[in-house]
This record gives sequence, C-alpha cells and structure tokens, in this order.
Amino acid sequence: MTDIKGLYSDKVMDHFLHPRNMGEIKNPDGVATVGNPQCGDVMQMFLKIEKKDGKEYVKEAKFQTLGCGAAISTSSIATEMIKGKPLAEAEKLTNKAVMEALGGLPKAKIHCSVLAAEAVKKAIADYESKKSVPK
Amino acid sequence: MKKVYLDYAATTPVLPEVVVAMSPYWSEKFGNASSLHSWGREARKTVEEARRKVASLINAEPEEIIFTGTTTTSDNLAILGVANFQLPTSRFRQRFHLITSQIEHHAILDTFKFLEKQGFEVNYLSVDKYGMVNLEELAKAIRPETKLVSVMYANNEVGTIEPIKGISEKLKAKSEELGIKMYFHTDAAAVVEYLDLDVQKLGVDLMTLGSHKFGGPKGVGILYIKKGTKIDPITFGGHHENGLWPGTEAVPLIVGTARALELSIKNQGSSVKRVTKLREKLIKGVLKKVPETILTGHPIQRLPDIASFCFKKVEGEAILLRLDAEGIAVSSGSACTSGDLRPSHVLLAMGIPVEEAHGSIRFSLGRNTTEEEINYVLEVLPRVISDLRKMTPKKI
Repeated sequence: MTDIKGLYSDKVMDHFLHPRNMGEIKNPDGVATVGNPQCGDVMQMFLKIEKKDGKEYVKEAKFQTLGCGAAISTSSIATEMIKGKPLAEAEKLTNKAVMEALGGLPKAKIHCSVLAAEAVKKAIADYESKKSVPK
Repeated sequence: MKKVYLDYAATTPVLPEVVVAMSPYWSEKFGNASSLHSWGREARKTVEEARRKVASLINAEPEEIIFTGTTTTSDNLAILGVANFQLPTSRFRQRFHLITSQIEHHAILDTFKFLEKQGFEVNYLSVDKYGMVNLEELAKAIRPETKLVSVMYANNEVGTIEPIKGISEKLKAKSEELGIKMYFHTDAAAVVEYLDLDVQKLGVDLMTLGSHKFGGPKGVGILYIKKGTKIDPITFGGHHENGLWPGTEAVPLIVGTARALELSIKNQGSSVKRVTKLREKLIKGVLKKVPETILTGHPIQRLPDIASFCFKKVEGEAILLRLDAEGIAVSSGSACTSGDLRPSHVLLAMGIPVEEAHGSIRFSLGRNTTEEEINYVLEVLPRVISDLRKMTPKKI
C-alpha cells in the first residue's frame, strides 16, 4: 500500500484528473481492446478515419480505460497525440513517445504506456482489416 | 480544500501529550542510558520507568519488554530470534516446523519465506471468505517438530479479528498432547487502541506492538517476550535490551511510546464506541450509495476502525488518487499501489477474484475522525466511483 502520487508527474496527474477524449465513438472505423481485468488494466481505443487529398487521417480518437492513474493518463494523451495526424504517422506512436509526452512514468507503470501504444496500433490494424474486406 | 485523513491504520498523528512527554529528552536530558554518570543514570531511570509502565499496561513483567526499532523489526526479531535459537541443533538433521497464516503483514510473511529458504518448513494457514483462520486446520498442521506459530491479532487491511485466545488454548492442548514446547507470537500492531492486550489472558509468548500506530512516534517498536522463551538476537553489538536489540536506547521515543500506550489503553472503551459508530455509518452509507460494492473482512468480528471495500469495475489506485484530489486520504491493496503485479495477498487468500481485488479501498478511522468527515466521504465517494466507471469499457 504505497502512495505513489509523488511518483507521478504533474502532466500525468493532469491527464488522469482531466482525461481528454474519453468516451466511445458510435460506428467507429477502427476499434481495439487491450489488457485484461485480471491484470487490472483494460483499454479500449476508438478511431474515426477521414480521407483528404487521397491521404488517410485520424479524424477522431476516443478511449475508455479501466485502470490506474497511469493507464488512464497514457490512454488520454495517446488520443491527443494521434488526433488529426496522418494514419501512417499515428501508426508509429511508440510507448517511449507517450512516456516522454507525460514527462516520464514511474518504472512500475511503463507497461501502461506500452498498452496505450498497442491500443492505437491495434485500432488502426482493425481499420485496415475492415477496409480490405469488400462490403 | 477540506482535508480528511482516513488512513490511521497506516500511521497516526503523535498525541500532543506524547510530544510533551518526549520534549525534555532531545536536548536537555540527552544522556546515553549506558553511561555511568548522572546524564546516563537519568536516561537509564527514564527508560526503565517506561518499560515498567508498558509492562504493567499489558500485564507483563518489565524484563519481558524489549524496545526495538520498528514494528517490522519486532516481528523479525520474534520469528528469526526463535528460529536462530534452533539453528545449532538443526545441523543434526532435526526438522523444524513453523506455522503462520496467509494474511500476515509482509514483516511476518517475508521473514517466514526467508526461513523456508534456510531449510525450515513453514505452513501457511488458509482463511475463510471473511479472513478468519480455522482452528481445526491449525490443530492438524501442528507436528512434534513445530516450534513457532505466528498469527496476527487482527488483519490490518480488512480488520478481521483472529481468535487469538482460541489459538493459544489449542496450542496449549496440542503441546500437552504431543509433549512439545512451541511458542505463539502475535502481531498486535493494528489493535492497540481497541482490543484487550493482556498477554496472560491472550496466552501469547511473544507480541509485537508499533508505537506510531497508536499515537506514538515513528521509529520504535515493542516486543513482549515471555520469560523463559528461548530466543537469540538477530543483530549484534551490545548488552542493550537483554542483548536482544543492541544499540543505544532511543530515550525520547521510548518515553513517547509508554505515554501513548497508556493513553490508548485508558481510552479504549470510549474509542471503541465512538469509532465503531462512525465506521458503521460509513459502511452502511457506502453500501447504500455505491452500487456493485462489497464489504471485505468479517461483518462483526472486525476492528472498530476499518471499513474496507472492493468496488467492482474500477481500479483502486485510481479511486485513491481521485479521493486524494478531493482531500481524502485512504489506502488501496490494488496491484498498482503495491509495486507488484498482483493485488493484495490478503484479499486473494479470502477468495476474492483478482479483478475485484484490484478495486480495493481501505478507510481507517481514528481519534480525530468526525461525523462531518464521514458525511463528506459519503458525498464525494459515490461521484468519484461513478465518474471512474464512466471511463470503464462496456465490454470487459
């Protein structure tokens, strides 16, 4: 029972207490769930994709997360980092970039940033797989 | 912002009377109790006076009281000390057997795990869904080689009170039946303000107390060791504390401990009444206002100060931090607060599913808790939980 608030940066606390882009997207173009309740963290990432000048962009990104302060803040900042970005760029989001954007994470919480990056990648993969199947 | 401290089981504020009692012993009466001059003699007298006071408060003899460094060191000394004494004979391939429970504090559990590595055999007693050990299971676990049994007086996470008297009676009967001598240790750190500490009535051979859990200073523990108990030191370097806890006595901390224990025991009756009433209000209010919540620990056989819950579909650390942002201090046994990947070993031993154990929160009340504070929690908590649950994915 260790109080770990002291180990969270102000940025982490800001995203935890005021999460951005929290919620669901109805009829998302891509969606993915990572983590599991036994481990204490479940993240769900929703994406809306738009095409401009033949290029695909992340028009909207939303998340829902069951988890600790780090799990919530990494999902929140990940949505901010990919929103409006070309898909090819969003796909390259790394856990390291997520951590840096948050001003660092305690060692025991690094796996949360891994989950956030994985959620983005899997949601994009979901979009790609749906796209390749003719409707 | 309103500040509400509900983590008294983690630590308590030092009582003003205790601060007063300690104050002459920092700069004015600073002598080393081992010195022969007047400064030293004054310190020695003070330490022995404190020892007598502590002894009489728990119905023990002064020579049965050892002042140590912390609650954890008292636990370590009790267990390792008894085990150390057995070591010389263990070379002759005699097996030594020890018994404890699965829900002990890590100061106990980690010590037993260490002894297991050294070749001792250890049984970890299971508990029921309320966190209670089973006397029949204990009786079955006892063997002719059993040397030590350690079961906590009450659990610090869920507040369940263990049947200490029942255990000591069972051990006595078994000892007579098998013609063996085994020792019974209890970690009583969580109970001082509320439960009977009479070592004769409890029938214990060793008992741990920690000063900062009952209005005393941090950095000092008590270990009661019944006369005749075969125990060796675990640290070395002097004659202090019967040679069992060598090192210069922390005179001000020892004085403060005796004063805090005196006040705690004197006020037990009123503390139990007052705190139980507030805790019941908190438990009833939480269960009524927050859906999908379970109370952990025994519904009746529980410490007056502990209200512990698992909130489904939310994570404990997130609750803790959100409450902290509203000025409320609590604890959680979730994996995220332990630095470990698993949630509280206590909740898991009670059979609570892992995913529910992640949502555990402990409120622990104390001397300064008011009804107004409980009302504030009952106003804030339902909103915090519902806000967090809005974030939880629908399909999990």
